[in-house]
Amino acid sequence: MTLNNSTGDVTGRIIPDRMRSSFARVLRSWETILIVVAILIFVTNSFLSPYFLNAWNLSDATFNFTEKALIAFAMAMLIIAGEIDLSVASIIALASTAMGLAMTAGAGVPVIVLTGIVTGLVCGVVNGALVAGLGLPSIVVTIGTMSLFRGLAFIILGDQAFNGYPKDLAFFGQGYVWWVISFELVLFAICAVIYWALLHRTTFGRAVYAIGNNATAAQFSGIRVDRVRFLLFLLTGLMSGIAAVCLTSRLGSTRPSIATGWELEIVTMVVLGGVSILGGSGSIPGVVLAAVIMGLVTFGFGLLNVPGIVMSIFLGLLLITVIALPRLLQRK
Amino acid sequence: MKPVLCLRGISKSFPGVKALSGVDLDLYPGEVTALIGENGAGKSTIVKVLTGIYQPDEGTIEFDGQPVRFPSADAAAKAGVTAIHQETVLFDDLSVAENIWLGHAPRTRWGLIDRMEMRKAAARLLESIGATLNPDARLGDLGIASRHMVAIARALSIEARVVVLDEPTAALSHQEIHELYELVEKLKAQGKAILFISHKFDEIFRIADRYTVFRDGQFVGSGKMTDVTEGQLVQMMVGRSVDQIFPARTRQTGEPVLTVAGYSHPTEFADIGFTLHRGEILGFYGLVGAGRSEVMQALFGITKPSKGAVRIEGQIRVIRSTTEAVAAGIVYVPEDRGRQGTVKGLPIFQNVTLPSLGAVSRGGFLRMSEEFALARSYTQRLDLRAAALDQDVGLLSGGNQQKVVIAKWLATKPRVIILDEPTKGIDIGSKAAVHAFMAELAAQGLAVIMVSSEIPEVLGMSDRVIVMREGRIVDEVEGDRMTPETLVRAAAGLAAAA
Repeated sequence: MTLNNSTGDVTGRIIPDRMRSSFARVLRSWETILIVVAILIFVTNSFLSPYFLNAWNLSDATFNFTEKALIAFAMAMLIIAGEIDLSVASIIALASTAMGLAMTAGAGVPVIVLTGIVTGLVCGVVNGALVAGLGLPSIVVTIGTMSLFRGLAFIILGDQAFNGYPKDLAFFGQGYVWWVISFELVLFAICAVIYWALLHRTTFGRAVYAIGNNATAAQFSGIRVDRVRFLLFLLTGLMSGIAAVCLTSRLGSTRPSIATGWELEIVTMVVLGGVSILGGSGSIPGVVLAAVIMGLVTFGFGLLNVPGIVMSIFLGLLLITVIALPRLLQRK
Repeated sequence: MKPVLCLRGISKSFPGVKALSGVDLDLYPGEVTALIGENGAGKSTIVKVLTGIYQPDEGTIEFDGQPVRFPSADAAAKAGVTAIHQETVLFDDLSVAENIWLGHAPRTRWGLIDRMEMRKAAARLLESIGATLNPDARLGDLGIASRHMVAIARALSIEARVVVLDEPTAALSHQEIHELYELVEKLKAQGKAILFISHKFDEIFRIADRYTVFRDGQFVGSGKMTDVTEGQLVQMMVGRSVDQIFPARTRQTGEPVLTVAGYSHPTEFADIGFTLHRGEILGFYGLVGAGRSEVMQALFGITKPSKGAVRIEGQIRVIRSTTEAVAAGIVYVPEDRGRQGTVKGLPIFQNVTLPSLGAVSRGGFLRMSEEFALARSYTQRLDLRAAALDQDVGLLSGGNQQKVVIAKWLATKPRVIILDEPTKGIDIGSKAAVHAFMAELAAQGLAVIMVSSEIPEVLGMSDRVIVMREGRIVDEVEGDRMTPETLVRAAAGLAAAA
């Protein structure tokens, strides 16, 4: 027998659903700040360089962030759940190496692509099993697998490189779907929508937020905490595999040092997007905006012939400024 | 006599709530002032104002007749205001002495920590409060009572003139409470002004000299304890007269819902067996550490039992996770509300729907309007006080957070609801509401298990009482045998009175 709801007399006072109107909430949100920053950078760039406002150049600019952003979506969910995956760039290296091996064995484009994606998934399973299955801390586990996965790539390749991928593979990293719209940009947009829906509209996404805020209470509320954690590592592995396909296709070759340092750029993108590094809060639109901002900055500086090291100094300052700003404004 | 600390017209607002509006509070040297009020009356807020954690929006604080401000917790401590909180944060891996002196340890002339002096001073402090503890002992190796003494020693390690005791007896046994009373007497004799916050009237009448009552963030009255009766205080607290009597229930238990047999755990409990019926409230009484919560958490899929069978409506169910427990119709309202009950950071409505996500979604996609509808109906049934359903649950008072946890479980339409110390740390008004609600649930056919250490509650609410001791069931009491003596003797391992 279950409890009969209708007999409980509703005597309590009425509580309104929402405190503020949705407009007021949007205005105060992190995403609004990011939009303003993005517009500022866009306008500044277009004044500084005559080549900036050119459809093809802007299209080229998107390649600066699309591959990283694919992983950043999954990473955002992982960080919101209070975990992290620092092995993503190494997964790219291993997945790309696996693609090279498949190519050497004479496989066609579909098999090569599948090899990259499945390798990513397998790496995700390894991370997920160690964190969710054995209950090890994810930062330690993924620092370990970061060395492990890239180490495997180095053992297989040494100082060699895989070259000579089939021509058709180039579509995933160099192809255009329509006019200046690249395949990667379309993939980025589709994944943004999928991840937005997954995080903000599904029961899985709700579990992610609950776990990130209080994993114990989430477990005490009937949430399968370890399963959610496992699936999240699977997702970052999957997205790293997909990114490996795009990157390998774009470069046309595989070296074991491929995508070095991307894990920190991806974490930067996620944090700049307003995801709390302590877990519990953040959004996919924020990550999309952060990706665009980082792409615009990199591209604008490239047009101005600014050296890469200055670029990373600027990105570092931008990250700290954007994170510190709300804190400073709150104090007053 | 002149008060040492004088708060006048203190107001403090948070988004959506006015926690305090123009309250007064006086503390006198060598006297205990009891601060009385329901949950949400503003007791915790005034303590935080007093200790410099919150800044009041309005009002003045006078210390020895001089107006002062406490811009930080440090400033309040320097002025001589110290507080012993309900849950003091201590460090398991540090020694007793290090815990006491953390942050203000005595220094050598080179600026390094003077460990010799620190140990000696810690030993002196511990002795002054009558605690026989080794200052070098690792805190994590101590029992709850000893940890509490360390917390008190830490609070007194600054030259305090005002001591705040925020529900100090909530987690203590009888003997420990007795020792605490003696300590309070010592502090009084030293001329310290003491603010004592408690929900227990017997202890207020025992140790307080004066009282101050708050209600809904407002000052209601104050005076000497000798001039007031319990009834008058309750009247002031709730603004209405509260029936202290438990809700009248006619016992009408139906067929068995939950049958547990031979239930054992390697370390926590052994050979637990009982049957719970429809419409029944089954009390579990025992001392702290008797294994009651552990049994309940095993039934809820948190800990794994080593053997035994659980049947629900006659069918064997294996419960390996909380998800399976909820699916089987067993839900658990935990004792540790802050850590296990509510997900702070998520709004109220999302807390309520968390175990029912399947019911408010289609194919994994959430329906926001259904979420709100579900949350609305159950929070209203429990008479939740909140500004809005999208408010962070962490902003609610303890009693209201408890209502959110109960609402969350009722929304899953359970067969068995287990309440672990459901009224611990809750004021009289909310207590009566929780009791009435439990009675209503049982009347509707829900099977209720109530774990409680409060004898009046156990006797007043339960149809039957199971007494546990050291991980085993030692007695099952009903009818005429339901007396305080029977429960206490069984729980303490004494032979039944002749």
